[in-house]
This record gives sequence, C-alpha cells and structure tokens, in this order.
Amino acid sequence: MYPGYDMAPPDARNTRELRLEIEEFHTAYCWTLDCGELEHWPEYFTDDAVYRITARENADAGLPVGLVYADSKAMIRDRAFALKHTQMYAPRTLQHFVTNVRVLQAKGDTIKAQSNYLLLQTLVDGPTTLQQSGRYYDSFVRLEGSLKLKERQCIYDTVLIANDLVLPV
Amino acid sequence: MFSVNTVIHQPGHFAKEQLDDSVDYKWPEGGLQNIPDWVYTSPAIYQREIERIFHGPTWNFVALEAEIPNPGDFKRSFVGPTPVVVARDIDGSVHVFENRCAHRGAEFCRSQRGNTKEFVCPYHQWSYDLKGNLQGVPFKRGIKGEGGGMPKDFRNEEHGLLKLNVTTLHGVVFASFSRELEPIEEYLGPEILKDFEVVFKGRKLKILGYYRNELPGNWKLYHENLKDPYHATLLHSFLVTFGLMVAGSKNGMIADAKGRHGTLASAKPENVAEAVDKVKGEMRAYREDFKLADGRFLQYVREFDSPWSVTMQTIWPNLIVQRELNTLGIRHIVPNGPHSMIMLWTMFGYETDDEEMVRHRLRQGNLMGPAGFLGLEDNEAIKFVQEGVRRSSSDKGVVKLGGDKLGSTNSVIDEAAIRGMYAYYRQELGL
Repeated sequence: MYPGYDMAPPDARNTRELRLEIEEFHTAYCWTLDCGELEHWPEYFTDDAVYRITARENADAGLPVGLVYADSKAMIRDRAFALKHTQMYAPRTLQHFVTNVRVLQAKGDTIKAQSNYLLLQTLVDGPTTLQQSGRYYDSFVRLEGSLKLKERQCIYDTVLIANDLVLPV
Repeated sequence: MFSVNTVIHQPGHFAKEQLDDSVDYKWPEGGLQNIPDWVYTSPAIYQREIERIFHGPTWNFVALEAEIPNPGDFKRSFVGPTPVVVARDIDGSVHVFENRCAHRGAEFCRSQRGNTKEFVCPYHQWSYDLKGNLQGVPFKRGIKGEGGGMPKDFRNEEHGLLKLNVTTLHGVVFASFSRELEPIEEYLGPEILKDFEVVFKGRKLKILGYYRNELPGNWKLYHENLKDPYHATLLHSFLVTFGLMVAGSKNGMIADAKGRHGTLASAKPENVAEAVDKVKGEMRAYREDFKLADGRFLQYVREFDSPWSVTMQTIWPNLIVQRELNTLGIRHIVPNGPHSMIMLWTMFGYETDDEEMVRHRLRQGNLMGPAGFLGLEDNEAIKFVQEGVRRSSSDKGVVKLGGDKLGSTNSVIDEAAIRGMYAYYRQELGL
C-alpha cells in the first residue's frame, strides 16, 4: 500500500474498461523502453509529472529519496537524453512485464491504479537476469483523449540492486 | 549473488582467483607505479585484509546517529563483512555488538532497523539488553526433579554478545574490533577532519532514504576511484559538460599523512563555459549539444563555509562521505569476497531544510546512487576493471601519472593519492 492509493473503485463495468485502457498504456510504455526509444519515454507523462523509483524500505518508512527522482517532464527528458547520448554503460537489452493491474480510484479526471512489474536484463556476455521486481502506483489523467502519467511511483522489492539500474522502469 | 550470473565464468575459475598462502606475494618492479592484479583477485590477500584492516586497528563506519535517535533504536550493520547491531541504550549511549547469538551462533537480529527493549534470539530465546549483555537463558536451572540446565558456575556476564569498541564524531558512529587505537579525530587527521566537519559538525541530519547495491568489484577499487581525479574529468559527461569538475579549474586531491584517507575536492568555476572551453578538446565525453531542459537540477545553493563545491571523502577502510553540490550522503562499503562489495547508501539533508531544499536535494540526488548519472558510470567502470583483472593473462596495472609523488596533489592529472594508499596498504599487509 502506498499513501493516497487506497481502493475506492467505480462500478465493475467501468473498472473493466479502465483496466483495459491502462493495460494498453503499459504495453505501449514498455514497448517504447524495450525498443530503446528513450526519446519517446517523456511523452507518457504530463508536464508536471512526478516520477520516482525507490526501494520498498523507503516507501514503507515514508522516506522521500528516489533512486531516480523527477518532478517535471523536463527532468525525465534530461534523463532520457543522458541515457541515450552521454552515459557510459555496458550494452544491454531489457524486457518489462507488467501484470496484476488494479484500478483503485476513478474520480473526476484522475484515475489511480497499481500494477506489478518485472524488469529482465540481458547483458551481452551473460544470462538474462531479474533486475527488478516491483509495483507501480500510477495516477493518470486524460489529455486530448489519451492517458498520461501525472505520477508514477515505482516501488521495488529487489533489496540489493545488481550493480546499477541504468534504464528506467 | 548476481555477479555469478552476470559475467561469463563463475568467480574462482581463473588462476588469479586461486592464489593461496603458498604464493610469494612480491610487489612488481617499479614500486608503487604498478599495482599487481592479485590485490584484487587473491582469496588469501582478501583474508589478510579482513584480519589486519577491517578487524584490525581501524575505525569502521557503522551508522549515523540520526538513524537511531531514540533509546531502544537499533540498526543492522557491518564491520568489514561481519554483521553487527548498532543500538542505543536507555541511557542514550550507543553500543555495537556482533549479530551472533553467544549460544549457538544464530544471526538473531533480522530487521534492518527498529526499536526494541531487548534482543531475543529466535532459536532458544536467549535474551540480551541494548548493551549486548546476556539477560536471560530459558530453563537455566533445568526442570525441577529432572535436572538439566546450565552448570552451576555458568555466569551470564561471561556469555554476552561480542562487543566492539565504539566512538562517535559529530553524529557519525564508528566501531572497531581493536581496543588499542587512537581517538577518531586523530585517526582522521587534520586534513580530513576539516571537510568532514563541514558536512557534520553542529548539524542535525535528516535521513532522506537508502540505496543498496552489489558492485561486482574488489572493495579497494571504490577507494581508488575517489582517489583518482583523472577519471572524474574524463568518464563523467555530467561533470565535464556542466562544469562541476573541470581539469584546469580549482581542484584538489587531499590525503592524510598516512595516505589512507582522501578528499577529492573541486570548486565549480565562476565561468563554466570558459573553463570547459580550455580543455574540452581532451574530453570525449563532452557534448556541445547537451543542454538541460530542467536547470534546477544542477543549481548550487551555497550552504557551506568551504571553498569547495564538491568534496568526496574516502575514510579508510569503509566510508565515503559525499558532498556533491547539495546532494549529501554516505556510502558504507561492505567487502563481499575479493570480487564483490555491497554498497549501502544513506542519503540525508539537514533538519533545518525547508520543503524546497529537501526537493532540491532529491532532484540533485539523480547524480549519485546506483542509478545516478555519476554513480552508475562508476559502478560500470569498476565492474569492467574487476572483469579485466580476473580474466586476463597480463598481471598488473599502471599508476604513473605524476611520477613517484605520494598523497596530496593540486592537479587532477595525477595518481599520487592511489600510490599513497598502496604505500600504506603494503605496510599494513606486510607486502
């Protein structure tokens, strides 16, 4: 459980429709990251979006630090540019898997949902490894008909990060 | 361990990883301008390090007092690879003891941190107070009529937890297995104490959170990395492009008299463009077209009375103190065999920070940590070094920048602090 993300779902039919829409959002989002199209990653967020990846121990203790912490789409864009063009790291490929989507709230323009995620990583000279197992807490708003993230909290269980987390979740 | 999975060949398959005590560890010709690969790969050398360095006469970082502010607060920690518990007693004093039940050896404390009145080993419920003294042994006198129980001469006070020597300095807690060592101020030395006090003296810390990662490299490589200003101006595009640390600007590599600690210091140039312009031809990581869409990230709030905007301190043998503009933190190095270390990061600000300052520190935190723009590049580079030294047929590295000089330097194109550290290290290990 993450503060502000308690369960107060709309009626069942509406929930099913929203869940499908959110699942489509996740599929597109993961496709963008898995293809390495980082320049398109910021497009999934609103201008004032908050994006944070943090360990469960921080989330549980109410500690604000982020392994990655952005409070604007511009910061997300800067990270995307740096990862694509300036950062030094070994080549790798990623696969994101998102499941167990639960619609938590749908009030006015804001839809809140949680989902589980797995991030698998493959380096050029090793087997595929489980890089991170975690949960998204998402706040969506609808802009020009499509969902955008106003907040994405990525809370991971994987206590010990395997060296580093280069590409986003 | 992930390092087993992410590189070809499990550690232990190469000749350089199997060196034992029968080897005559002879430093290569050329003195300190070369570092033999076996300091990073030999299990025998690693054992000697644990014994003589981490379990020897050194002050090891174990906690920040801000993590255990109240009586009964505790935290799991490590001295070298050895698990310990740091606890604050009812009387306010801080105690460090091995996380090993005096009875059968169980690692009894399983929570990262918490608050308690006593520690109870889950196996046979032996209980200990917050100072590590044995308090209770169930059925100590056996069962009436059946016998059993401890021998008559069993004394609780002789069966407490193994207690370590503890000291604190400006809210930072250090521990040692050694009883015979100098006070912490003297241990750090005046050169190091100065910048340590800039971060800690008279300031109440506010913990912002934790990162933990395994870095598949020898623990000394992390010290070397921060005693190596040369890499900072070449590897890290963020430092170079945004003028956080530019060769030719005001920088310093400050070592203590023994060469074991260090402060990598730099002052952000007044005119970044001009400073970068002078040296950018040498720096492949420089990107003319890299402009930040959100400039708040790298703003520098001048909050310290110090000529330096950045000080990265390596405090022998297991502590890094990070002051990179306004992002502050410590890194606790836990050696994990010759080929691996665990890094425990605690990020903090100050109790006097307002909400905007906290946010500023959080934004700037993107520079550091296992996903930080500087942090991840260091972790990648250190991993590459470990793979190189483990798997190659050649057997030594070169540290010739700056010639034979040891310790402090003003130039960043110098490896004197790495040589200084190894001069000390060789003495300690008898190499």
